[in-house]
Amino acid sequence: MTALRWAVADGWTVTLRDLTHKANQPVQLVINLLFSVMVLLMFSYLFGGAMDVPGGNYQEFLVPGVLALTMVFGIEAMFTAVSTDVNRGVTDRFRSMPMAPSAVVLGRCAADMIDAVLALTALVAAGLAIGWEWHNGLPSALAAFGLLLLLRLAMLWMGIYLGLVLRNPEAVMALQILVWPLGFLSNAFVSPGTMPGWLGAIAEWNPLSATAAATRELFGNPGWGGDSSILLAVGWPVLLIAVFCPLAIRRYRDLSR
Amino acid sequence: MPAPAVVAENLRKRYGETQALDGLDLTVAPGAVHGLLGPNGAGKTTAVRVLTTLLRPDSGHASVAGCDVLRQPADVRQKIGLVGQNAAVDELLSGRQNLVMFGRLYHLGVAAARRRADELLERFRLADTGGKPVSKYSGGMRRRLDLAAGLIMAPAVLFLDEPTTGLDPRGRNDVWDAVRSLAAGGTTVVLTTQYLEEADQLAGRISVIDHGRVIAEGTPDSLKRQIGADRIDVVVRHTADVPAAAALLARVAGATAETLPEQRRVSAPVRDRMAALAALVPALTAEGIDAEDVVLRRPTLDEVFLQLTDKKEVVA
Ligand SMILES: Nc1ncnc2c1ncn2[C@@H]1O[C@H](COP(=O)(O)OP(=O)(O)OP(=O)(O)O)[C@@H](O)[C@H]1O
Ligand SMILES: [Mg+2]
Repeated sequence: MTALRWAVADGWTVTLRDLTHKANQPVQLVINLLFSVMVLLMFSYLFGGAMDVPGGNYQEFLVPGVLALTMVFGIEAMFTAVSTDVNRGVTDRFRSMPMAPSAVVLGRCAADMIDAVLALTALVAAGLAIGWEWHNGLPSALAAFGLLLLLRLAMLWMGIYLGLVLRNPEAVMALQILVWPLGFLSNAFVSPGTMPGWLGAIAEWNPLSATAAATRELFGNPGWGGDSSILLAVGWPVLLIAVFCPLAIRRYRDLSR
Repeated sequence: MPAPAVVAENLRKRYGETQALDGLDLTVAPGAVHGLLGPNGAGKTTAVRVLTTLLRPDSGHASVAGCDVLRQPADVRQKIGLVGQNAAVDELLSGRQNLVMFGRLYHLGVAAARRRADELLERFRLADTGGKPVSKYSGGMRRRLDLAAGLIMAPAVLFLDEPTTGLDPRGRNDVWDAVRSLAAGGTTVVLTTQYLEEADQLAGRISVIDHGRVIAEGTPDSLKRQIGADRIDVVVRHTADVPAAAALLARVAGATAETLPEQRRVSAPVRDRMAALAALVPALTAEGIDAEDVVLRRPTLDEVFLQLTDKKEVVA
């Protein structure tokens, strides 16, 4: 019992550490928030006129897509944090201390989820400002936010695993670049139906697409959504967590090899 | 005899082709300062990582403060402090925030963690810069902060992996003072170093490590006696005088003298420093050898290793 209490206390200390990082770099924090808002505004005004969305306008379609895309960016932040700690020896210091091993990771996840909520809030505010809204009532909207955060959690576990596997700084760059095609090869901005066959197939199966389609459904926003999108939006992240969580734990243990 | 603070028996660890630890044995008495002395790649860091539960050896046993590092790692972690070879501090936090965070993870209360952080910042001359982010610290400041983090809990056994590498003389003295005052307070200290002088200054006993095993062990004095202790060098003004100077030095020191003609230098080990010096200087004048410099000095690590690897397994 006391072990559990300490694990929670240690996790909270690690969460505070990450929140302090953000408080120490307020400019960085604002830039990160503005970045997703800027993506939203840019696509909305650049493509808004050219896009024809059945049963609604492009803004209504776009906002859930950008919300989901922003959740995917979590992979990069986590990856960078984990690999930096391993490289700098901070992870070793944690491992040599009498703290709960789980706290290192869970504390960071908690901090990042707070980050995700902040990002969602900023985007929702921007979305409301450009004319987006949810049409199916608050409970459905909350369910949609829940799905978005679930996708974020899956991305965090992928980030942890990749951070433990690929430790060199160049890998950070590579990942940053790779996140973009992952984001665009989805239904976040356009219908996969308009893409060449095989790209469209990838985009259809992209976990990001499942979450975007399901949130559109829940918000009552227009989309080209498949039928099983909510089921997929739960299934994909759960599957990713089921794969990457044990892999990451195993990797962490293997640090002592 | 009290139970040893650190015991390692026949530790082995292999990385691919490299046998990083090759049957390392170590015993450290409680309250002692023990130096692990060895060149790059000797296996010092690997040994420290095994003893601090960070690394599982392929075979062998080790215990620290009475707890087995493989079977009771959590108990070991309660009793040790580690200052690794690279400063392991959070770049994005300030110095004070780092120490408070680590203090909280050692389960100090908020107030106690803050108090301890301020004490340690003061002690390591970081009080003024404690509020700045570590990314703005110099290498030496980082190193001192790292050391402070290792001392938060006044551990029973403290491991320091090359704690003074990259420090200026003043920073080095801070570390040495900290080690001495810890030792005076009863903490067992295991420190690795590449510098004979550092081991000599701090350690009561030294294990000389090479290729993953201990090749010599003893007190600094007994080791130096084994190795041939201090050396005396004569630098002559004319290269032509080198052979004569070598012969003279060999006679005075009672040992073969090495010659380095390109530096116009001859060198020999001495046992009685003052007697050798007193005999040497008048003899140089008497034989008409024009000496530029006469130096009494400690052997360099190179010389120690050359000596030790010549005659393996010295036990002093
Ligand atoms: N993670 C690793 N993977 C592969 N080889 C390693 C690893 N860690 C250490 N080695 C090798 O093991 C040997 C011992 O390394 P170790 O770091 O213990 O030496 P050291 O005595 O601490 O050296 P230094 O004075 O340079 O710090 C070296 O040959 C090193 O290359
Ligand atoms: Mg080392």
